[in-house]
Amino acid sequence: MSEAFVLDRPAPTGGCAETPVLRERGQREVFCGLTGIVWLHRKMQDAFFLVVGSRTCAHLIQSAAGVMIFAEPRFATAIMEEKDLAGLTDTNDELDRVVDRLLARRPDIKLLFLVGSCPSEVIKLDLSRAAGRLSEKHSPAVRVLNYSGSGIETTFTQGEDACLAALVPQMAEAPANAPQSLLIVGALPDVVEDQFRRLFAAMGIERVDSLPARKIADLPAVGPNTRFLVAQPFLGDTARALEDRGAVRLDALFPFGAEGTTDWLHAAAVAFGVDELKFRAVVAPGRERAARALEKVRPALEGKSIFFFPDSQLEVPLARFLSRELGMIPLEVGTPYLHRTHLARELPLLPSATRLSEGQDVDRQLDRCREARPDLSVCGLGLANPLEMEGLTTKWSIELVFSPVHGFDQAADLAELFARPLNRRDRLSDAIVPARAARREAASCN
Amino acid sequence: MQLTVWTYEGPPHVGAMRIATAMEGLHYVLHAPQGDTYADLLFTMIERRGARPPVTYTTFQARDLGTDTAELFKTAVIDAHARFQPQAMIVGASCTAELIQDDPAGMALAIGLPIPVIPLELPSYQKKENWGAAETFRQLVRHLTQVVERSPMPGRRPSCNILGPTALGFRHRDDVVEITRLLQRMGVDIHVTAPLGATPADIARLGAADFNVVLYPEIAGEAARQLEKMCGQPSVRTVPLGYGATIDFINEVCALTGLDPAPVLDGVPSRMPWWSRSVDSTYLTGKRVFVFGDATHVIAAARVATEELGFEVVGMGCYNREFAREVRAAAADLGLTALITDDYLEVEDAIAALQPELVLGSQMERHIAKRLRIPCAVISAPFHVQDHPARFSPQMGFEGANVLFDTWVHPLVMGLEEHLLHMFRDDFEFSDEAGASHLGGHSAAPQTGVQTPAPAPVAAEGQSLASTEVAAVVSEIVWAPDAEAELRKIPFFVRGKARRNTERFAVEQGLATIGVETLYDAKSHYSR
Repeated sequence: MSEAFVLDRPAPTGGCAETPVLRERGQREVFCGLTGIVWLHRKMQDAFFLVVGSRTCAHLIQSAAGVMIFAEPRFATAIMEEKDLAGLTDTNDELDRVVDRLLARRPDIKLLFLVGSCPSEVIKLDLSRAAGRLSEKHSPAVRVLNYSGSGIETTFTQGEDACLAALVPQMAEAPANAPQSLLIVGALPDVVEDQFRRLFAAMGIERVDSLPARKIADLPAVGPNTRFLVAQPFLGDTARALEDRGAVRLDALFPFGAEGTTDWLHAAAVAFGVDELKFRAVVAPGRERAARALEKVRPALEGKSIFFFPDSQLEVPLARFLSRELGMIPLEVGTPYLHRTHLARELPLLPSATRLSEGQDVDRQLDRCREARPDLSVCGLGLANPLEMEGLTTKWSIELVFSPVHGFDQAADLAELFARPLNRRDRLSDAIVPARAARREAASCN
Repeated sequence: MQLTVWTYEGPPHVGAMRIATAMEGLHYVLHAPQGDTYADLLFTMIERRGARPPVTYTTFQARDLGTDTAELFKTAVIDAHARFQPQAMIVGASCTAELIQDDPAGMALAIGLPIPVIPLELPSYQKKENWGAAETFRQLVRHLTQVVERSPMPGRRPSCNILGPTALGFRHRDDVVEITRLLQRMGVDIHVTAPLGATPADIARLGAADFNVVLYPEIAGEAARQLEKMCGQPSVRTVPLGYGATIDFINEVCALTGLDPAPVLDGVPSRMPWWSRSVDSTYLTGKRVFVFGDATHVIAAARVATEELGFEVVGMGCYNREFAREVRAAAADLGLTALITDDYLEVEDAIAALQPELVLGSQMERHIAKRLRIPCAVISAPFHVQDHPARFSPQMGFEGANVLFDTWVHPLVMGLEEHLLHMFRDDFEFSDEAGASHLGGHSAAPQTGVQTPAPAPVAAEGQSLASTEVAAVVSEIVWAPDAEAELRKIPFFVRGKARRNTERFAVEQGLATIGVETLYDAKSHYSR
């Protein structure tokens, strides 16, 4: 199979593989890892997430969850109080009491995560020991695990990484002579996961598992014959934990857009010895559908510049997709953390003029963005309205994490997420968007 | 440790942010880890603010701990001063920074900036958002306000400060406009409104006004006390929320200033009293209402509900314990025991047990009411973006009274419509399963079979178990199919009450099964 089939167009020479990265250290305008709970609690249907933290943590989760989208969420906070910190109570006793009360209220819980926060890390509350103790107490009905979602350790989507990495030791040992199996790693919306499963089945790859599984009882086994595909670029620790158990990561582009999805599926096809012609036949319909749908969105995005503030770590693959399949011009691609190994195939495909930045000093980055005047700025919720007020069009990035965006049949939906703010701006009259009229005038003078 | 699913109030530093964000020319440097910046989006998303809050976070990480977090803080203060050029700065720590004990106050003072730098001590593990806002405002007054001589009031227009409106306050922006207009019409000049729209320089000259209007006691109460002490300024403490309270407010201001209240009270200051007396409002009589939120809005709402709309308040309470005494007193006047809690599960219990016909609450109660399929209007923070409307929509003053009438009555089925729904319940195009016409399709309940009760929440320690105990007994009672069918003939908006009354009646009578007769026995029992 030729590389040309997988890649829709040739890679720009060098791309961003060797580009120096701007590393900044300053105020970060990014959610902490606790917020991963907001999607993880819906994905794992018998799991519950108990943040051991402060009132701030509880307030954060609430705000991140759109001020209560869910009436009865599968998460809560054990708020530490003065008496816990002053040593007037035994924090472990307190935690046990809270967990007992929680499990009595929610007997449907099979898996309980104790989620570490900034304050619990700083006071060095040993949640792994607590998890062990509570697991023993409540087994076999409930398994208790722990991970850290603290803002001093993790940013936004890294919370999912920490959570999935905590699941890896719970996976059974697959025997050395087990048939080769495929593992999809990353919380994907069920509809997307099912689409991928159908494609793999059509290729003849029989054994496909997911991490996380929808139920703890379905947590797959892992071993040297496990091959895994990472669906999200932020799962570095999870990948390492799987590799430590002998599993082998299949290197691929991330499954965004027709090109990325084809490459991602192809990596599995190669590993499982799927016949090339068969692979082509299986992916062709989806790939054509994606290409057709993308052509419709392309006119809205082609030639438009885009600036990514760091948020979800999806920035590099998204910029690759937008530049190669839709003709957008990435000016700056900021990411909280640049995982060189997992992005090894992505970086060469970014236009070489792209500025890569890692970490953040939000005020300086805002200065660069104002200077660059991109057509579209991708940023977190705290920055979106202020940038709109300054006349910049924005895409709030959180939707990229919550919406089904992976795979062939979501490629155009993903593109549409970026086209919509521009479309909206075009529809509104100049009376509503004075900045656009001013820009048009400036452009015509040149 | 306190187990919480949702919380009414944020931490105290969010209260400080509400003050800083409301003001101009003030900057807040907050020693905090990454993640605490989420608070920005409360302002930019819920309130649709077009600017970031004037807050710089130090964003320390684990690898900084024990080494250079103090240095990070100093750099952040110096950079923020250079970039934003504020008139004054407040500095403090969030919950995690409080644990690492870097002493932001000492460090900030050591830098020696050429502007006032006010340190905030906001104990995160003891206090909450409203307290943090009140304390921040008090500290600003304490550090910035200058004591000045005032000339005697008679012979000139009196002036006042309006104290308490903040960013992210429930309709504070519009209340200020309404109350400013009202005071001006009475002949009172507004000297300074703070914190909303004020600069540190404005805080400095607060002392020159004749008196203070404490619009939101939760936020301005302490600052007003400070001003009374420092500058000898009296305070008007009636909160002009509701028609009657607005008249009381006018009279209090006039008693203090010697102005004549007649000119502003003459004419028709509000449509509300007539709307309320008009015949279509008859259906509001005795509607059973549950009120919960912050103390100020709850006390006012209970008065409006009983005296101005003819509702029956069947339960009330607040989440801010600092004002528990006032709410308890107001509840006692109505023959009720106030529910003082910040555990929304307890509030849910109370609402489920009472089965009111309307809930007046915060975003939390809206959620609870939605689950229990009870109409609800929001009267207090915390609130949703939809409660921050584009139109002028005050809660206070005479226009506020109009707004209260509209927004509280809207979720209910209106007078004539209620009768039509009784009459044509079985009409396929006008069935009550479709819900009230003005509520679209959203209010229709899935009416298949037995209504699923909400999962019984676990009672908090020390909480009264009365409601849960009743719930436990009730779950033993069986509805006979014909009684269930008969119950379904009762329109949906009173069905919950009928079901609950019948079950309570059955418990009292020691019945195991509810038949059609039980249903009507209960109806007759409760009609007495």
